Amino acid sequence: MTENSTPTSSQLRWTEFTVEALIRVLGFSTIGFVLLIFFFLLREGVPVFLEVPPGNLFGTRWYPTFDLFGTLPLILGSALVTVTAIAIALPLGVATAVFIREVAPNWAREILKPVIEVLAGIPSVVLGFLGMTLIAPLIRETLGAPTGLTAFTGALILAYMALPTIISVAEDALDAVPKSYRDAGLAMGATQWQTIWRVVVPAARSGIVTAVMLGMGRAIGETMAVMMVTGNAARMPLTLDSLFRPIRTMTATIAAEMGEVAQGSTHYHALFGIGIILFLLTFLINLAAASVMFKKRRRGGLR
Amino acid sequence: MTRRRLTIGLLLLGLSWPLVGCGPESSAPAGEPPQPPAQTIENKGSDTLVNLALAWAEEYVRLHPDVRISVTGGGSGTGIAAMINGTVDIANASRKMKPEEIDAAEANGITPVEFVVARDAIAVVVHPSNPVDGLTLRQISDIYTGKITNWRQVGGEDRPIVLLSRESNSGTYVYFLENVVRLGDKESELLFSPDTLLMPSSEGISAEVRQNPNAIGYDGLGYVTPDQKTLAIARDANAPYVLPSVATVNDGSYPISRPLYMYTAGEPSGQVKDYLDWVLSDGQTLVAELGFVPLR
Repeated sequence: MTENSTPTSSQLRWTEFTVEALIRVLGFSTIGFVLLIFFFLLREGVPVFLEVPPGNLFGTRWYPTFDLFGTLPLILGSALVTVTAIAIALPLGVATAVFIREVAPNWAREILKPVIEVLAGIPSVVLGFLGMTLIAPLIRETLGAPTGLTAFTGALILAYMALPTIISVAEDALDAVPKSYRDAGLAMGATQWQTIWRVVVPAARSGIVTAVMLGMGRAIGETMAVMMVTGNAARMPLTLDSLFRPIRTMTATIAAEMGEVAQGSTHYHALFGIGIILFLLTFLINLAAASVMFKKRRRGGLR
Repeated sequence: MTRRRLTIGLLLLGLSWPLVGCGPESSAPAGEPPQPPAQTIENKGSDTLVNLALAWAEEYVRLHPDVRISVTGGGSGTGIAAMINGTVDIANASRKMKPEEIDAAEANGITPVEFVVARDAIAVVVHPSNPVDGLTLRQISDIYTGKITNWRQVGGEDRPIVLLSRESNSGTYVYFLENVVRLGDKESELLFSPDTLLMPSSEGISAEVRQNPNAIGYDGLGYVTPDQKTLAIARDANAPYVLPSVATVNDGSYPISRPLYMYTAGEPSGQVKDYLDWVLSDGQTLVAELGFVPLR
């Protein structure tokens, strides 16, 4: 009865070989795709650095239909929104991770973890719509800003979107702290609060930094929600009240203008040029995150 | 080792995030249909024109059940680019084709043919609670270039002015810039103030105008909902203030109106020709129902 379903050892080896080869091809193809994307981005974007003089390209006026390609307001706009978003999301995210890992009873943890994963799955256009119709009027009325479509509104939405990433990575980092550290802390007479903030969180520091970096990568690349709530005015965010004024981000610019642009025009290359700048920024952020991770490994895991 | 692989994976994942949405395809969700059947007319372009184009298509298909017409929006430039690439039969546009677009078409061996299919009034809208009833063209230009920044300066309350505009890919944006901000002066170098909020859609403008008493916006008359206040416009300080309507656009007294276009690749023939002939004759009865101005 079982003679057909019992594979011979050569069959087993053959299956194993195929599966292994398949996985290998899939794994390498991911790298291949990223390289191809990078190549395409460079091919389409590099011409702008040759066609447009640097004074124009890094000027302060972005009017692409009139050959003014100042990307500075866009870069600063993205930076302002991202940094503010992280400033909001970092304390919330780390505190939530500490609560889930160190404080919450088991049953609460079982509920919280999947709920946070669901948060990550809310489409950004839905968040953008909420921001546009609920948060923007609220911000205009409570802060007295001329309009509610501001950098701050965008930062709030982005903070919300970065939270699930920050929480789950930070939580993993806390999880990796050996139980002996906690036991030692408590045995020395420290309270649970002191053990958490003086022993466990510092021990997981590098993992928390990684969490923040990844959250930042998530925030800087977000497009739809930001386009809907930041007002998209390409002004230089240099004054103190800039956070509560409209700004325009790099991603929103690419998304809003790519549909219209004549293929091969300077404007087209400029949008890909912005893509390259964005790519480099994200690359640097991820590199920083990775270097923190590698450093942690060299030190033997925990310090 | 696992940790390192994970890191590389995260790194690559992180790198690919911002790239989503970079491709030209992302803004043209309809994509290229695989070999449309012989009786399908593909019609794409201006968001201003899309509701009218849909109404025409529905009525025409009701009268000629053997014809299929697919209508999509995306902006005038998107439609013209698709026409140049040969993926649509008719491009809708709320502006004339730019010289570089005509060059691109000719490089592809296509001679675009232009049809004026309706006229559109551009309405200037504010929050219903705004006491300002009318503005001159010069005042609107000064507002949008940032010379006037408070409603008090044009007879309103002491409130900052929040400028709303369509994105620069919109035909409405180009028309408004050339004919209102620059007051029709071809030599003018005036631009929208950098503080102008560029909204990705008509809905974005109406949502903000509805809820923000500081806002001023502009859009095609067909898109103005009753919960926004339409301003009367005067050509200059001595001229009468006129509200946009079919009558005032046709007699030329409302100053901000423009033709709406359809472009075909070469002289139309067959089904496309029949359709355009109908649009320019019997189809005109639908135009006024959608808030646009018929040709006759």
